[in-house]
Amino acid sequence: MIETRELNTYYGDSHILRGVDAQLPGATAVGLLGRNGMGKTTFIRTLMGYVRPASGQVLADGRNVTGWAPERMARLGIGYVPEGRGIFPNLSVRENLVMAARAGVDGRRDWTFERVMATFPRLSERLSHGGQQLSGGEQQMLSIGRALMTNPRLMILDEATEGLAPLVVAEIWRVIAEIRATGIATLIVDRDWRKVLHHTDRAMVMEKGLITLAGGSAELLAQPEALAQRLGV
Amino acid sequence: MSAAAPMTSPVLPSLPADRLTRGLLVPAAAVAVLAVAAPFLGGYASDLVVKVMILAIFALSLELLVGMTGLVSLGHAAFYGIGAYVTVLASGDEGGNLLVLLVASMGLAALYALVVGALSLRTKGVYFIMVTLAFAQMAFFVFHDTPVGGGSDGIYLYVRPAIGPIDLENRLTLFYVVLAALAGTYGLLALIRRSRFGAALAGIRVSEQRMRAVGFPTYFYKLAAFVIAGALAGLAGCLVAARDGVVNPELLAWHNSGEVLLMIILGGLGHLRGAVLGAVAFTLLKELLSTHALVGPLADHWQLSLGLVIIAFVAWLPRGLIGLVQRISPEGSR
Amino acid sequence: MNGTDALLKVDGLTRRFGGLVAVGNVSLDLRVGEVHAVIGTNGAGKSTLINMLSGEIAASEGRIALERSDITALAQPRRALAGVGRSYQRNTIFAEFTVLENCRLAAQAATPRPWAFWESAARCAASNQAAHEAMEAAGLTAEAQRIAGTMSHGAKRQLEVAMCLATRPRVLLLDEPLAGMGAEETERMLALLSRLKASHAILLVEHDMDAVFRIADRITVMVNGTVIATGAPESIRTNPEVRTAYLGDEVPA
Repeated sequence: MIETRELNTYYGDSHILRGVDAQLPGATAVGLLGRNGMGKTTFIRTLMGYVRPASGQVLADGRNVTGWAPERMARLGIGYVPEGRGIFPNLSVRENLVMAARAGVDGRRDWTFERVMATFPRLSERLSHGGQQLSGGEQQMLSIGRALMTNPRLMILDEATEGLAPLVVAEIWRVIAEIRATGIATLIVDRDWRKVLHHTDRAMVMEKGLITLAGGSAELLAQPEALAQRLGV
Repeated sequence: MSAAAPMTSPVLPSLPADRLTRGLLVPAAAVAVLAVAAPFLGGYASDLVVKVMILAIFALSLELLVGMTGLVSLGHAAFYGIGAYVTVLASGDEGGNLLVLLVASMGLAALYALVVGALSLRTKGVYFIMVTLAFAQMAFFVFHDTPVGGGSDGIYLYVRPAIGPIDLENRLTLFYVVLAALAGTYGLLALIRRSRFGAALAGIRVSEQRMRAVGFPTYFYKLAAFVIAGALAGLAGCLVAARDGVVNPELLAWHNSGEVLLMIILGGLGHLRGAVLGAVAFTLLKELLSTHALVGPLADHWQLSLGLVIIAFVAWLPRGLIGLVQRISPEGSR
Repeated sequence: MNGTDALLKVDGLTRRFGGLVAVGNVSLDLRVGEVHAVIGTNGAGKSTLINMLSGEIAASEGRIALERSDITALAQPRRALAGVGRSYQRNTIFAEFTVLENCRLAAQAATPRPWAFWESAARCAASNQAAHEAMEAAGLTAEAQRIAGTMSHGAKRQLEVAMCLATRPRVLLLDEPLAGMGAEETERMLALLSRLKASHAILLVEHDMDAVFRIADRITVMVNGTVIATGAPESIRTNPEVRTAYLGDEVPA
């Protein structure tokens, strides 16, 4: 569904993405692994249109969407859960969710407010609380819930479990599995490569702005040395 | 600007190479021309030129802050007005000693600049602009609402300052004194620009973070620039009081701060000549656009015309008038 | 000065932001002749640490000593003059000035003379001398008259380092000098760091693991604000806690 070809992105003169070729097929869960500083977040920001690539293309369903503004990319059916969550601290939980409500690209509304409440019972107890009053885990759930309210075809989760307690982390992976089961494509960035590979169909490893290893998640799980070399020290 | 610097600043030149004498050739010639022409100028022309020269000093003082250091102040008229009021208040009924009045005006303006600077330089960017504006408004209201300076009507200067044979009541003498002050201000700023102090200010404008990282205590450099700029604005204020013979609170009003900022932008930021050119152009534009003989009924709406002309200038000449000069003679101007 | 004595000694450095401990009880030392790399996972506290060492953020607790003098309370400019130089992840060079002007202005910090407004900055002998030495050390002498903003990314990053050298500091804090560099530029920067190592104590924060393991003499690993290991590169590579931090539990065979 989404494809990038020879993507090159700079921050000023700093060459971060050095020709990234990647595919995110429809209804497929894809993992993006790599140490920090390797360009994973820059890749996502380029995809979403927050940063304009210097060269290369981003294609959605075969259409050239390179340089499209983030709101246009979102309307293609991408739900973005950014690193740091990005919830609105001045709005209540209910408002954070309701403001994002939208039918999907195909017109369906599988994810309604009620369904998000059922998925995240903890949020239903905090509906009138302000965004900034929530714990880290609750904010993460709110961010995921908000993205779901747009009925996306693709969910991008950037470091969704960072800094959270083990119980909350397990909860987040449970939700990710549930999302996958509903047929929404996902792009997951997370430090826990084992969990990522278990929850995805395919995965890519990024090193210094290039994909240096890619394949089926099951295949990669069977190559721990190759992974350790790229993800470890 | 130190805090919200544009990523590329094509408007501003690099550090001045050591071409002090060459760079002063044109300004020196201009001074010479004015000095020679002075006795032949009629009353109206002479008054206009004196007005422009005073505004040029005012503009130069702000150029030190905005163009050289990157500190955008929207409260610079406060120091101008304080200089003017001190001159009148300290003159009394017999008129004052020119030297004493100059020192007092510049000194008190510098003192207020020290206070305002010490507090406002703790802030950055848009907050800095707002704080300088706030302090200027405070000063404005002191003169406007209290009996200190005769309230909103202002006060008259009964006798212009003098020292020895130099009596500012004499129109020609006033002309030469103002010309000398302008030449001195320009020369001082040219020296500063070329000095280590000036180089440090330029560095602060471009990357304050780097300056601190190599060991410059940038706060004190900015404060020094702020105080010097205030003192020079006070000088302009003293001279405008002597020229007009009257002062009123409008001298400290925020639109005066806005006008002087417009002058240096119009003339071209980052160039001393730009500040002078801007003062000349702005004043002439104002005069021309409000002269019935030239623009007919539009003269009554000169502010509208002036606004449109400025918008046109900024759109077509982003580097200001200096940019135009540079296109004609790439030798450039400093 | 004995090459094995610590030039910069950091003791129990801690920084809290409200209830969050960004850096907790970090101790390390920097020695002349050594590159000491600091690596860590996301959010490990490396930026906060380097900001505390340069003086841009105050420490909540702990002590920093430069040649046994306590510099913990010194603000950044004073610390720089005392001998602690810093380069940034994003360039802070003066793009509109030439390379020589960049280095000369940086060097001027050592002989500021701000009141001497009649003297020309460009003719300051001391600053020019120090500037030429810094450019020489960074291999930028040929580019002296070039406008800094027109150089390649690699050259600009070298200038970023050269400007630190202009005031002749003994300690260099380098924040991701290899950021956004290709293979060739990385080689040149590593060569520069090798040359500088001899007379400086270098702290290197970097993500490029290959480069780190090539150039570092000692490595400190931080996770969640604390140090989990310090030692020679080989010992870090085989350290089980470090492996766990990067790769999770159930270390692969």
